Amino acid sequence: MAYQFPALTSEQKKELSEIAQRIVANGKGILAADESVGTMGSRLQRIKVENTEENRRQFREILFTVDDSVSQSIGGVILFRETLYQKDSQGKLFRDILKEKGIVVGIKLDQGGAPLAGTNKETTIQGLDGLSERCAQYKKDGADFGKWRAVLKIDNQCPSHLAIQENANTLARYASICQQNGLVPIVEPEVIADGDHDMEHCQYVTEKVLAAVYKALNDHHVYLEGTLLKPNMVTAGHASTKKYTPEQVAMATVTALYRTVPAAVPGICFLSGGMSEEDATLNLNAINLCPLPKPWKLSFSYGRALQASALAAWGGKAANKKATQEAFMKRALANCQAAKGQYVHTGSSGAASTQSLFTACYTY
Amino acid sequence: MPHSYPALSAEQKKELSDIALRIVAPGKGILAADESVGSMAKRLSQIGVENTEENRRLYRQVLFSADDRVKKCIGGVIFFHETLYQKDDNGVLFVRTIQDKGIVVGIKVDKGVVPLAGTDGETTTQGLDGLSERCAQYKKDGADFAKWRCVLKISERTPSALAILENANVLARYASICQQNGIVPIVEPEILPDGDHDLKRCQYVTEKVLAAVLKALSDHHVYLEGTLLKPNMVTPGHACPIKYSPEEIAMATVTALRRTVPPAIPGVTFLSGGQSEEEASLNLNAINQCPLPRPWALTFSYGRALQASALNTWRGQRDNAGAATEEFIKRAEVNGLAAQGKYEGSGEDGGAAAQSLYVANHAY
Repeated sequence: MAYQFPALTSEQKKELSEIAQRIVANGKGILAADESVGTMGSRLQRIKVENTEENRRQFREILFTVDDSVSQSIGGVILFRETLYQKDSQGKLFRDILKEKGIVVGIKLDQGGAPLAGTNKETTIQGLDGLSERCAQYKKDGADFGKWRAVLKIDNQCPSHLAIQENANTLARYASICQQNGLVPIVEPEVIADGDHDMEHCQYVTEKVLAAVYKALNDHHVYLEGTLLKPNMVTAGHASTKKYTPEQVAMATVTALYRTVPAAVPGICFLSGGMSEEDATLNLNAINLCPLPKPWKLSFSYGRALQASALAAWGGKAANKKATQEAFMKRALANCQAAKGQYVHTGSSGAASTQSLFTACYTY
Repeated sequence: MPHSYPALSAEQKKELSDIALRIVAPGKGILAADESVGSMAKRLSQIGVENTEENRRLYRQVLFSADDRVKKCIGGVIFFHETLYQKDDNGVLFVRTIQDKGIVVGIKVDKGVVPLAGTDGETTTQGLDGLSERCAQYKKDGADFAKWRCVLKISERTPSALAILENANVLARYASICQQNGIVPIVEPEILPDGDHDLKRCQYVTEKVLAAVLKALSDHHVYLEGTLLKPNMVTPGHACPIKYSPEEIAMATVTALRRTVPPAIPGVTFLSGGQSEEEASLNLNAINQCPLPRPWALTFSYGRALQASALNTWRGQRDNAGAATEEFIKRAEVNGLAAQGKYEGSGEDGGAAAQSLYVANHAY
């Protein structure tokens, strides 16, 4: 323990920390467009489009060829492996199109869940084998950050101590390997919203999970200034009958983060889970207005919450390209404003109506 | 794990958090006057004074009779058990005098170090037995915070994993018990400056130790907003041949804290260790001028660095008491300024010379 064998040189640290900061600068966030083939299948099925490689390519092309001004709201895009090597209809690589817009290219690196025997159907995540070589190749091919999603659930006896330890450990191994290859690791320990638990319970679990994640990152000598965190917001389970305001979600979320996430982490980019586009934006905005100390950028890494309207507008038809792009840009801009606490929900009456629902932080 | 059994009610949390914030209010720090009988023996023998209860009482009276000037720079005083029940020449309890100045009273509650068998001279700290009852009594007797010191050292094979784990655990148990009794725990994981190790080594070890402490606090359900951390600054070992500027010490210290201490902790109150009065003030000042974001108060909890001159002026003579008190007030005010980054030094070159030694933070 007592000796230090530096994991990274100063130059490596500088590169990683600059990449991380670029992604979350000035209210920018991340478009999570890394849906696996299977997941894209579910998305496309909803709009009755066949799940072919060409259809997946077409939809991503529409998103990535929006006006350059998108780079004021989007700092990074996470790609699925297939997409990193796809081109637009003129033969230009997507990754070059994004880079030319000044957007950092990221790559999903995990290889899905595997069961943890002896638990109540909990999982760990695979993908460590040969990860270093894969990272080196992706770096050459234009990626500057990686993403790995670990999943924990709230249920009877869950998350168990084993699930927390194991997922924290694999996240830390992944992060360490990424950094060795010049990729900024996005660390995603998602506590999923399935269940009928209340928000307080989610907060408690989120705090325990994040504490374990940061201990593991420390144990694995991960350079925090060159990482980003992608956590869940603290919310009640989907099946909970209790309703909470964005301010309550914000207070619970920021409380959980400020009790566990060291200030060295430059940015926290929330996942949207099953939230609607508008809720994801409203919650992010409330989070940025929360009066607790927030030394990290608080931004977004949204998949569905950036693409739902766009997908619906597209419907698989090239003729709908403009409408699709407009729908996407609208959400991108809204979330960028929310990441600065400047989002004005057109339907609300503004600050006054939200003020009265504020609950002092020591009840969290 | 999955169930949360709240350790504290909202009212208890509020009380603890309010106490902690009062102690580290802007410009304020702590006078550590909790030297045990054994420690006082060393201090008094250095000035040729006999170590009697009366002499210890007279000496503390010198400190506690400081006038209202200390109100703006001293937020808390740590007492030793004996002193908590001593009175001044007019029969007024010291506790009362301190409280009347609006200063929070604290109490040392650990019972010293004991060896960890099978290690290279490492220790843990005892004092958990009956701690809850003792805390309850101290709370009745006027104490609102407590302090417990653990000790780690840097050498070829230390600190060992066991020493780190055991001391972190015992600190977390102590903290949990304190909070149950309305007492804010100051958590002190001191890494001694003994040795010839360089600044980087101390930084590395400090990060590992603090990560373990924070994880233990989380595991033990300690309410971070109602605790204070009392770490060592990151410095080279006493016998290290390399000299470092206050700016380098500041950068290494703040970097270590940013990587391990969540923003929920309201204040970090540094110990002075073996530093001289002036060194301790200059370093604290540089820490408060460090350009990295610092979401906690960064202040002092000094023993020797507040008392050395006072002790030396007093030398056991009643006639010297007034002058000795002035020496203490002087150091208190200087450190109050340093805690805000406003101390201009005792007349050396200052700004220009210090500037050139600044090293970019990714080198840490």
